[in-house]
Amino acid sequence: MPIDLYRIDDRLIHGQVIVGWGQPMDLGFVVLVDDEVAGSEWERELYRMGVPPDVALYFASVDDAVAQLDAWRADARRGILITGDIDTMRRLTERAPAIREVNVGGIHHRPGRTERLRYLFLSVEEEQALRAMEARGVTIIIRDVPSARALRLGDLAGAAKTA
Amino acid sequence: MSDNDNPPTPAGVSGSEPKAIVLAHGNVAQALVAAVDLITGRGDRFSPLSNQDLGAAEIDALLRERVAALGARVIFTDLPAGSCNFAACRLLKDRPELIVVTGVNLPALLSSRRATRRPMPTRSPPRWSAAAVRCAC
Repeated sequence: MPIDLYRIDDRLIHGQVIVGWGQPMDLGFVVLVDDEVAGSEWERELYRMGVPPDVALYFASVDDAVAQLDAWRADARRGILITGDIDTMRRLTERAPAIREVNVGGIHHRPGRTERLRYLFLSVEEEQALRAMEARGVTIIIRDVPSARALRLGDLAGAAKTA
Repeated sequence: MSDNDNPPTPAGVSGSEPKAIVLAHGNVAQALVAAVDLITGRGDRFSPLSNQDLGAAEIDALLRERVAALGARVIFTDLPAGSCNFAACRLLKDRPELIVVTGVNLPALLSSRRATRRPMPTRSPPRWSAAAVRCAC
């Protein structure tokens, strides 16, 4: 499976993704699925110029990602697909059943969200969306960096502010 | 909100030259500025910021607020592909006069004229601009 990680992270591409996850897996490409970034030349250029030159970067709307997913999965290089929010990943997994596991990385404080872990704040609706994804058979793994303990949604109830 | 311990915005800026901002992961910026102060006594010319526990939108807002408060013209960031650097470069869209230098390290800050009392020749580029750092914008 050349896309090793399907990740939700509100920082999109950043140090944990490129260095923390990317270096150990010899990252070859990143797919950034975000309708706003995909529609903005400025944002696309910003991310293009920031990532290491040996890492290819693809931008996609959800529609584009559904259409291109099989090609990325057949790529010989190893890749990471990122969305910046839970709803985008929910929409993607609904239309791309090949995605069987989703990694939840940083989702930070915002009004209406409750702290569940140091790096994870969720609204009621967001938690419901994650649980709905899991109910459809998508494994939800909560882990900010590879060396952290992999948590499941069921671990969250007693895990607030402990990670 | 979070346990981010970014220092409060100073009420005013002393001296004739605006502070430069150092925006980095964890305590890197605070440590670098503290080291500059130990070596040159001019750590006050830099304002350290951390992205700790902040999402991308919050980093953008923090940086925008601090640049405006300080009148900063130079932002140092750590990782080229990091959220700090993307926030700084995103700010360039509205503030093209800003200078963003990524790959910050102690020699780079010490080579900045802000770290010394020695005047730099007019029109001569700061020495750190030729260092092996990569500006994303």
